[in-house]
Amino acid sequence: MIKPELLLTDLLIYLLVAGIIYFIIYTRRHEHLRRPWRQVMSTRTGAVTLVILLTYVTIGLLDSIHFQLPLENQNNQHETHYSAEVLSVFDIIVTPLRERVEKTYSAPLAAHAYAKETIELPQGGQQRTYPRLLYGGAHLDDPATERITDIVATTLRALAVALLLWSIIIYVTAWWLSHGQQTSAAAMLQRILNNECATPWRAILVCIGVIVAILCLLTALSAKYHVFGTDKVGEDVLYQTLKSVRTGLVIGALTTLIMLPFAILLGIMAGYFRGWIDDVIQYLYTTLNSIPGVLLIAASILMLQVYMANNAEQFETVTDRADMRLLFLCIILGITSWTGLCRILRGETLKLRETDYIQAARAFGVRHLTIITRHILPNVMHIVLIAVVLDFSGLVLAEAVLSYVGVGVDPTMQSWGNMINAARLEMAREPMVWWSLLAAFVMMFILVLSANLFSDAVRDAFDPRLRKMD
Amino acid sequence: MIAYIIRRILYAIPILIGVNLITFMLFFMVNTPDDMARMNLGVKHVTAEAIEKWKHERGYDKPMLYNSQASGSAALTDTILFEKSVNLFAFDFGRSDSGRDISYDISQRMWPSLAIALPTLIVGLLVYITFAMLLAFFRATYIDYWGVVLCVVLMSISGMFYIIGGQYLIGKLLHLVPISGYDGGSDALKFLILPVIIGVIGGIGSSTRWYRTIFLEEIGKDYVRTARAKGLSEQQVLFKHVLKNAMIPILTGVVVSLPLLFMGSLIVESFFGIPGLGSYTIDAINSQDFAIVRAMVFLGSVLYIIGLILTDISYTLVDPRVSLA
Repeated sequence: MIKPELLLTDLLIYLLVAGIIYFIIYTRRHEHLRRPWRQVMSTRTGAVTLVILLTYVTIGLLDSIHFQLPLENQNNQHETHYSAEVLSVFDIIVTPLRERVEKTYSAPLAAHAYAKETIELPQGGQQRTYPRLLYGGAHLDDPATERITDIVATTLRALAVALLLWSIIIYVTAWWLSHGQQTSAAAMLQRILNNECATPWRAILVCIGVIVAILCLLTALSAKYHVFGTDKVGEDVLYQTLKSVRTGLVIGALTTLIMLPFAILLGIMAGYFRGWIDDVIQYLYTTLNSIPGVLLIAASILMLQVYMANNAEQFETVTDRADMRLLFLCIILGITSWTGLCRILRGETLKLRETDYIQAARAFGVRHLTIITRHILPNVMHIVLIAVVLDFSGLVLAEAVLSYVGVGVDPTMQSWGNMINAARLEMAREPMVWWSLLAAFVMMFILVLSANLFSDAVRDAFDPRLRKMD
Repeated sequence: MIAYIIRRILYAIPILIGVNLITFMLFFMVNTPDDMARMNLGVKHVTAEAIEKWKHERGYDKPMLYNSQASGSAALTDTILFEKSVNLFAFDFGRSDSGRDISYDISQRMWPSLAIALPTLIVGLLVYITFAMLLAFFRATYIDYWGVVLCVVLMSISGMFYIIGGQYLIGKLLHLVPISGYDGGSDALKFLILPVIIGVIGGIGSSTRWYRTIFLEEIGKDYVRTARAKGLSEQQVLFKHVLKNAMIPILTGVVVSLPLLFMGSLIVESFFGIPGLGSYTIDAINSQDFAIVRAMVFLGSVLYIIGLILTDISYTLVDPRVSLA
């Protein structure tokens, strides 16, 4: 039996997912909320970036269901002992990637190690040469001649499979779309190809096609090679980049989840009640704002390190400890970043409270709480949404910087910042070890670019005033 | 004017007290000085005497908030809170945990930071404004569209990629300048060029896009229509009217960050081995020197507040409609 392990960040992620599902259901029932989302989905960038973001989110969610496996060779039958290693569903899916560890660096798709070693020859004597890898290209007899052909053949086979899968997806989509509209699937397919639908299905399907192709390619190649090479301790870089997805998403999403209640509550209170409440809240955020963010984060993480060093017994596993630090980082990032949204909300509430319908509500003697929740909150939600989406990409980038400075996530946790930090030291090597760096940067770039473009689409749809200018 | 400045400075005092309280709570309440001593001494050397000695050397052996053994006002002044705070307000940062004079270190290390930050700011402003003007001039054409797309792509790339890529390309492949290091005098130039260029490139995406929005906002205003109606050419409208008015938000946005230039950039300085305040902070973080980190937090907040005051003053200087009454 496996033993489920609920990390704190997991719990918050589940909460966030539940919140988003509720939000989607709620939006679907209200036409005035559906309209801007339909507009986001009707633009090509909005739809395509959403597909890419969902791919990342899927990886992140699979990586958020944790458990401990029982140890084998149990001598006591009544009591099962569990391995100290906490695994996730994602780890199980990519078990071969996780377990095939080489000795040290190897280049992408290589069959030989990166550095020369002294090897005992079978007929006696020694030779200094590049040793064969334990797993990468191990099925080849003579890598020098066979490797390229093998890679090309594998690629072609993977692409053929991808094409097959893609056609199935296209057909199922066309069938599903035609289902409610009394047209045949073929006619629907024609309309998709001619780009005649309200939602840009052609672009979405092309994007899905690319993702399917990449997935097939990675699956096929990583069965035999290390697609992105291996790092200093021989761990597969592809595995590390994929594991880092969760860290990046957690930082980007949970930080906002943590800061939102404060920003909304304090911002609206300051704007609505004015007077001394406004003064106190303004003083609070000016004070927090005047401490440079990086320094406040650095100071807080330093203090957390001291606390953890002195209270080591509170953390059962390494994963627990890393997870605690990740959550703490989210909280600190939240504290340093809520002030901007709070200020905007205060200004907007100041404007709203003077509008006729709120004056009327007050004249009728409606309670403050009711006015805030029924009249003010719904009218500032679009600002909150735009701020959340805009902040996301900045936070993902910030994680890398903070981890580099040494005040980011735990060094044992896979993250793009930690990968860059580790690979940076190898810059001086000749030839350069570039694959870790590039893999981390590219994965981060795709996520941040999608998030940026998506947030532009969201902003355009929800804030028509801004659209004029772009 | 002077009355206004004095009022603003007085208003800054409660904020600084707040900052000081926050840092005090962070550094002394969350973890007691005993914890810090244990962490700093390492597991092996921890004895009760060693901890007492460590605390005494750094003045951490007094009561936290209230000294019940002293009498009169000394009950409040002979405490960690009072001693450590009053000195900060007098800009006497005391000694670091490793025994060096922090104020002296800061006065030495702020110049290399400034030598990078100031050129980066000035060159950056020129480049960003030029690009933004170009995009505004070609607004609603393909040049503008793809320019904005390029901006979004550039701002989606991690800042560290620019640094590592630049070091690799210019320093390692082309051997034009040293990869990292610093030297005083005229030798400094060859060490400064690469960080400045990379700093400017790193900011192109977001700044150009932001300035372009400011320009376009300005172009939509009535006086621009009037200028066009008078028969002025598009160049004259852009350079004589729009540029001048758009400079108000751009420059006042820059003024906030002026004092903070002294603090330097953590990332750039540590990658390029510049002995500035940014790398000073990173070193302090890595060696867990609480005194330095605390001093830098306080210094950063003071500089930020000075920046805010300067911003308000500069508003009145460039825009006569704003008065400080």
